[in-house]
Amino acid sequence: MAVERVDPELVEFDVRTDEMLINMGPQHPSTHGVLRLVLRTDGEVVSSVVPHIGYLHRCAEKIGENVSPRQWIPYTDRMDYLAGMNMNLGWAMTVEKLMGLEVSEKTRHVRVMVCELNRIASHLVAAGTYGLDLGSFTPFLYCFREREKILNLFEAVCGARLTYSYIVPGGLIADLPPGWLEACERCLSELEAVVPELHAVLTSNEIFIRRTAGVGVLSPEMAIDYGCSGPVLRGSGVKWDLRRDGQPSVAGMYEDYRFEVIAQAGGSYPRDQEYPPVPPAAVLGDCWHRFYVRMLEVVQSIGLVRQAMEKYRRSADAVSEPIKITQKLPRGEAYLETEAPKGQMGFLVIGDGTAIPWRVRARSSSFCNLSVLPEISRGCLLADIPAILGSLDIVLGEIDR
Amino acid sequence: MRERMIAEYLTTRYGLPGWLAYGGVALVQCLILLGIMMFAAALFTWMERKVAGRIQDRLGPTRVGGRFGWLQSVADGIKLLAKEDLIPKEADAVLFRLAPYISFCAAFCVYLVLPFSNGWVAQHLNVGVFFIVAVAGLEVFGVILGGYSSGSKWSLYGAMREAAQVVSYEVPLGLCVVIPVMVAGTLDLVAIGNMQRGWGVNWLVFHNPFLFITFFIYALCTVASTNRAPFDLAEAESELVAGFLTEYSGFRWSVFFMAEYGSMYAMSGLGSILFLGGWHGPIPVAEMLGLTYANHAVLGWLGDLLGACNFLFKAFLGVASMMWLRWTLPRLRIDQVMTTCLKYCVPLAAAMFVGTMLWTYALPGGLLPRSTPMGAVAEAPPWTAPRAARGE
Repeated sequence: MAVERVDPELVEFDVRTDEMLINMGPQHPSTHGVLRLVLRTDGEVVSSVVPHIGYLHRCAEKIGENVSPRQWIPYTDRMDYLAGMNMNLGWAMTVEKLMGLEVSEKTRHVRVMVCELNRIASHLVAAGTYGLDLGSFTPFLYCFREREKILNLFEAVCGARLTYSYIVPGGLIADLPPGWLEACERCLSELEAVVPELHAVLTSNEIFIRRTAGVGVLSPEMAIDYGCSGPVLRGSGVKWDLRRDGQPSVAGMYEDYRFEVIAQAGGSYPRDQEYPPVPPAAVLGDCWHRFYVRMLEVVQSIGLVRQAMEKYRRSADAVSEPIKITQKLPRGEAYLETEAPKGQMGFLVIGDGTAIPWRVRARSSSFCNLSVLPEISRGCLLADIPAILGSLDIVLGEIDR
Repeated sequence: MRERMIAEYLTTRYGLPGWLAYGGVALVQCLILLGIMMFAAALFTWMERKVAGRIQDRLGPTRVGGRFGWLQSVADGIKLLAKEDLIPKEADAVLFRLAPYISFCAAFCVYLVLPFSNGWVAQHLNVGVFFIVAVAGLEVFGVILGGYSSGSKWSLYGAMREAAQVVSYEVPLGLCVVIPVMVAGTLDLVAIGNMQRGWGVNWLVFHNPFLFITFFIYALCTVASTNRAPFDLAEAESELVAGFLTEYSGFRWSVFFMAEYGSMYAMSGLGSILFLGGWHGPIPVAEMLGLTYANHAVLGWLGDLLGACNFLFKAFLGVASMMWLRWTLPRLRIDQVMTTCLKYCVPLAAAMFVGTMLWTYALPGGLLPRSTPMGAVAEAPPWTAPRAARGE
């Protein structure tokens, strides 16, 4: 049964109990890092949520204005630490845009491969921790087990399991090691077998549907107004994906790839394989849809990695060499947004003719996605707060930078 | 009976004063039960870890801790005892200390009247079922006190949820308990268990379709009233940090923990007596082998021992399925928990009550013909007798 979401003002006047101000976080198991939410609650009903951020601020942008673009790559790893490859890619492509560099075909396909793998890994963490937020511990471990396999692949590529620094301005630090593609294919086929399991324990689980369907509904208009992006935006039914709609260099990266933007438009999701059906209780833009979009993107990314592997095998050129650490940047400004797993990750770089950028800024998708939380969780129950927050899939490293 | 015999033997043979003999015997009984409960808690911690490890495909719990991981439970115990005993400054120290023991006592008292086999019971009460339902409900007081006295908002939330949830689930649970009692015509747990002697079809769960459904409602309510996932709202770690347990650490925490496992086992045991034949297995092995008091006292005792194993195994299965549920399902929301209780469980249990009432009026013998083990003379339970013979 869906709880009637009453106006908070009404709650205050109807049920004359004392309101309680309660701090959720920064040391709370389900705030996904050091986020602090100040909840105003009336019994179990939450009348207002105020997020407080900044506990993980590490001055990353300022550091970026004191080191050269290649030296800043490790700092981008630590923004969305669950998708280091995508963070590297965003920064690398921004610098390439400023410098007017082109990368080789082979480099492009490797980038697609590792970025899509990292998208899978990030979405697996999102799905697993979402189960955890709803009190189901087991899917978390299933997801992490699969993620480990992807991390093993990354370890073979660049020696790191979390902070890769693999994609750098100009190219890649190394080509794929021998035998990697076979290992990758094995990992993908194992992963494909696990996705139905996750659908069984989460997506189509009756309790899961009851906990998420119709909860935290984000209308498409509101999503656009707040600058939401990624699965949060697509979960509201907006067909917008920078891999298709981005700037020429971003969309160009995927130009010869076959994929559809996963969002419900015209009443249905793109169906290229079997997915569990959308339950009747689900409302477009609710937690269930956001979760569903992520699960579908996992399968889609598996296909994209396969395509990239095929293209990589066929491409004859070598991977591009990265720029030198002391490489001078041209005068000018470049801003580029890429489609990271959590949404649009934007980087701004302004060069002044030296090797060190004059200005570096980052635009975080999680920041915008988090900003809708007070809106969509007004009047919900206390137990819905982790459910809504988990469905937004934020990473505090990216919000605070 | 046996304890009275022993006590009388002590007074007559050694001239002990009556209060000492009886008190001593009672103390020994309590210690045995306490031992069983402690052992059960340790065993279930181990089992929980193993079950979770297998379900979740984890490497740690399926590998470490000596042979079969038995050392892990020992290490757990030592760790809990060695932990700092923290009482928050804001807490009401007296109530905070008192709370775990109230929960524990409530869970423990259930064992006083819970028969483990035919007549193997610390205190044979003729209102045993009533006593268990009454005492098991007291566990919630410890939780409420603990949450209230912790001086933490999260604990308070946990306590309030527990109060709302457990108190409301006592209603359908009580209804479910009454139904088999109504069929058996007694509140005496030993008598109810003995009535289900014979083949598995004699179990009350197979007595009629209503009782069969009642069993599942009972199982659901048991999970809810013992605060296990998916109804573990009082400690809901992703919402309330740890609910009423937030401020507890070390020994006091482990006492709450033992109370939880103790009551899980007790409620499973109660269910197995009320529905699943208690200490009678699906195949009456003991009677087929002639392990009855009619043949020899020792043989009869062996038969009872076999029955105790039967009973423990059934209760064990109940706990195992609770663990299975816990590691499979997400948690319900508080309003959904209350909906399940008030909108589904209570009316359904009430309907089953009426259904069983009509059934026992029309077909007192039950659904299936009562089967007796080969060669053994089973005394007919009261519900199979013609109405006239029952003096109605």
